[in-house]
Amino acid sequence: MKGLLDQQFESGGVVVTKIDDLINWARLSSLWPMGFGLACCAIEMMQSLSSGYDLDRFGITPRSSPRQSDVMIVAGTVTFKMADRVRRLYEQMSEPRYVISMGSCSNCGGPYWEHGYHVVKGVDKIIPVDVFVPGCPPRPEALIGGFLKLQEQIRQETLMAPKAVQKILEKKASA
Amino acid sequence: MIFAEIIEKINLQFGEGFLSQVNAEAKQPFVVIDKNKLLDLAKFLQQSEGLYFDHLACITTIDNRKKANKFEVIYHLDSLVYLHSFVIYIDLVADQELSVPSLESIWRSADWHEREAYDLMGITFDNHPNMTRILLPRDWEGHPLRKDYEEQKYYHGITVKYENE
Repeated sequence: MKGLLDQQFESGGVVVTKIDDLINWARLSSLWPMGFGLACCAIEMMQSLSSGYDLDRFGITPRSSPRQSDVMIVAGTVTFKMADRVRRLYEQMSEPRYVISMGSCSNCGGPYWEHGYHVVKGVDKIIPVDVFVPGCPPRPEALIGGFLKLQEQIRQETLMAPKAVQKILEKKASA
Repeated sequence: MIFAEIIEKINLQFGEGFLSQVNAEAKQPFVVIDKNKLLDLAKFLQQSEGLYFDHLACITTIDNRKKANKFEVIYHLDSLVYLHSFVIYIDLVADQELSVPSLESIWRSADWHEREAYDLMGITFDNHPNMTRILLPRDWEGHPLRKDYEEQKYYHGITVKYENE
């Protein structure tokens, strides 16, 4: 049995698809995260990337530069000292860029939410977050689940019909 | 060398009354000393034969304003050669200038310990080569380990306290 693409090529050598689907397929099949971790969540992230859980089978492989990365995994406690750096790294990434907030600390401050004067209470205070992965720390399965969620989101994206503009127009019309 | 022998050596060198207080009964026997005499004592403890305290293990600071209206700075010294240890207390009256002479010139490990003490408790160390914060960002306000510490409202536009909307 041949693969789907091979079958299509054999029937005339032409693949018919929507440009949206093609771009989305390409994007979600090679999500390169930035290789950086902030605390113990990073250990779980490393486990997920290594051979046992093998994130590479989803085309996810860490890059050493923000300029080559598509997705930032905020894995660990974001302190105020680190906050400026996290924001800067995010700004250095080229679009389209996505953010996965991994673990309780970066979701909402985690165990430091009340008495931790030094911890940012949620990384979404500094950068926009696409997927929150709960856990302290989340198991590799949970991080993989986060990536699958992100892939689902990317699959819904569209260039042809920019929904953001539509939404703004709708809002204006209803106001 | 046991604690009493170390005290004897110090008294022999500097004379009685050099140490403000000697507490041999405590679980960890310690001496209290005036901060102006610290450098002399430290140099003596490090360099004299038979003592040779070559390791400043840690510097502790205590905010003891509620009970005794003072800050305490505590030095734990070890000799890795003779395997004995020694504890020095310095009392700082809370309302006066909170500064202690730096021991960085004697033990290099004092460098970061003193910076940490400055960062978290706000005690400055005279003649330290780089008396800046070590853990918190340089533009942080206040010293978190003080009992009356209250965190600032914003840091670079981010609210510090947890908000429950």
